[in-house]
Amino acid sequence: MALVLNEEQRLLKDTAKDFLSENMPVEALRTLRDSDDPTGYSQQQWQQMCELGWASIVLPEEYDGLDFGFMGLGAIIEESGRTLAASPLLSTVVLGASAILLGGNEEQKSSLLPKVASGELTLALALEEGHHHAPLDTAMAAEAHDGGFRLNGNKSFVVDGHSADKLVVVARTSGTAGSADGLSLFLVDGDANGLTRQRRKMVDSRGAAALSFDNVDVSADALIGELGQAWPVLEAVLDRGRVCLAAEMLGGALECFERTVEYLKERDQFGVKIGSFQALQHRASLMYIELELAKSVLFDAFSAIDDKRADLPQLASLAKARMNDVFELVTNEAVQMHGGIGVTDELEIGFFLKRSRVATQLLGHSGFHRDRYASLCGY
Amino acid sequence: MADLDQFRLEVRQWLEDNCPASQRLPITREEQVWAGKNKQFPSDDAKLWFERMRDKGWTVPEWPSELGGGGLDERQAKVLKEEMKALGCRTPLFDLGIWMLGPAVLEFGNDEQKQEHIPKIARGDVRWCQGYSEPGAGSDLASLQTRAEDMGDHFLVNGSKIWTTNADKADWIFCLVRTDPDAKKQEGISFLLIDMDDPGVTTTPIELISGESEFCQTFFDNVKVPKANLIGELNKGWSVAKALLKHERKLMSEIGGDTPGPSFGPVQAALEYVGTDGNGKLKDAALRDQLVRHEMAYRAIGLTHFRTFEERMSGQADSNVPLIMKYVGTEEGKRKEELLLALLGHQALGWDGDGFNEDEKLTTRGWLFSKALSIAGGTSEVQLNIIAKRVLGLPQQ
Repeated sequence: MALVLNEEQRLLKDTAKDFLSENMPVEALRTLRDSDDPTGYSQQQWQQMCELGWASIVLPEEYDGLDFGFMGLGAIIEESGRTLAASPLLSTVVLGASAILLGGNEEQKSSLLPKVASGELTLALALEEGHHHAPLDTAMAAEAHDGGFRLNGNKSFVVDGHSADKLVVVARTSGTAGSADGLSLFLVDGDANGLTRQRRKMVDSRGAAALSFDNVDVSADALIGELGQAWPVLEAVLDRGRVCLAAEMLGGALECFERTVEYLKERDQFGVKIGSFQALQHRASLMYIELELAKSVLFDAFSAIDDKRADLPQLASLAKARMNDVFELVTNEAVQMHGGIGVTDELEIGFFLKRSRVATQLLGHSGFHRDRYASLCGY
Repeated sequence: MADLDQFRLEVRQWLEDNCPASQRLPITREEQVWAGKNKQFPSDDAKLWFERMRDKGWTVPEWPSELGGGGLDERQAKVLKEEMKALGCRTPLFDLGIWMLGPAVLEFGNDEQKQEHIPKIARGDVRWCQGYSEPGAGSDLASLQTRAEDMGDHFLVNGSKIWTTNADKADWIFCLVRTDPDAKKQEGISFLLIDMDDPGVTTTPIELISGESEFCQTFFDNVKVPKANLIGELNKGWSVAKALLKHERKLMSEIGGDTPGPSFGPVQAALEYVGTDGNGKLKDAALRDQLVRHEMAYRAIGLTHFRTFEERMSGQADSNVPLIMKYVGTEEGKRKEELLLALLGHQALGWDGDGFNEDEKLTTRGWLFSKALSIAGGTSEVQLNIIAKRVLGLPQQ
């Protein structure tokens, strides 16, 4: 168990902080939004991030990766949460690449992962079909066809799904919705015949798409892993995604909190700084407490990934549920404590509020994760 | 690290060889061995275990060995604690001297005072209690009024202290007293040790909502106290008190520990008193959610304890994080008691007599007692004030 960063990881975090605050401040997200950018992130900045090694950081050296571990990637992602930096880090590096690394065969790994590492290839995980995160409920059908597979059905809330070069699609090759047996993963080209991709304008201004598969045919080698046995791989992929997303949320919550505390020290009302009011002081202290507990959980969750611990599912649910709740608390308090200006578009706090709720629904709301944690613990 | 692994093996072997089987079972309140002139041992095994640990210096593992301690460093002491926990070894000796006064004497006392008091605490020869709060000085501790007048060769003490835990059983009391009534609140206070047998010292127990009377009020009526019993400088007692409060808060923030309670935890109680459905889920969805929220919070708190330790060890200590532990430990501790009460339902509502087993009655009493946790040692509200001021740097009114 490591609950502190080592020297190298701290350096990496500092580098990330410098790069992001200089090149991708919250203002950059506002520009993407206001210019109606079709991708949802800046491709030029993504290339810069890849040059810094961020796309290759967790990949093994044999696939041109740096093999630096998730603790290091987590430090970067936390910093990216502070500036709400839009990039395909989560969709490509964490979710997409993990699916190929954990489930793929040697051919798939050696042909695709080096391209992820270099920034040539972006990926997206097409999973959700309903209104809430429910991986087991996957109903989308993949039937054996002409030596390969034919996919039919719809996917929603696919992060970066409209822009990704390739999609990792969760589909059912047997069994019924609700069952862990019968799920399979397929690699589908973003421009495949029969695939319609529509970008949805989300409240957080980031990229997410609705996908419709109408007789999309893929060859047999598009299958990732064993036919019908994708569930354990998918769970491991999702847990990595949950922990990394929670780290992004921690960064966002810390930034939001620190800006709010600064405002409490500046704002005068009734002839005094409003931060001198005990009613506000206690609420600020409570937020600080929740954030400190969250930091400890995140550290242990990243250790669980890097040390391949069996309790990763518990830690992932612990981390995601806590950050959902803490980010909601902090963004709500931040708006309220800023008063009138807190509900204006001019103040950047609103961007954090909006991102918080999207991130909460992504990869499982708190109820989902508390239920999962309880079941994992035997009650 | 190799040395520490070797040390762990040695500790484990020694504990296995020396801790009697009966001393590895969960402890009840009656079985605790408290320090004192007239120490009571509930069994021969308890006496044997205490003596072996005392001779090893492991009643106070981190204190200097020349003063009766174990001479271990922080990492070794943690290993000992972990190994004792793994084997289920009971804490061999209970005393406020170990937890609170000793560290303060080691930090602020002179050589004579260390020689006089530290070995006695390590050996469990003296039972200590604490005299901080007064009827008119609770959260506003610095407004305390108990006077210690300089009479040349001694102090003359008058006043009273409240919430003096176990004062009716203690041999000595460490007190905050006012030595300069004209100075500003915090600046006229001194830290004084008083023998409970001195003429003019009397104590009466206070009955609590839990039915217990651990807390007392202690009165001082023209008590003569030798000058040698002043710890730290005259009128500088507030800094001793603050250092000591830190130890108290750390103690109160530690989860579980040796506090006697029911033999079951919340998960076990839930399975037993609520039961599961065909899918292995707790039958009551609302209770299940309450349970899992608590379990997840406890895990986060436990990880934060580990994190503060690792930060200290790696030299990256953020001195602010320990400030939150008293608040989270006691507040979540209270939620745990409320949860147990809800899980046991009617069976946690008994006060005495038939119809309720020991664990059930301990649950009821433990719930009531837990209300004191967020009041004693600095209320939760005071803790939040401290965080706002010291950590967040928010302006004061």
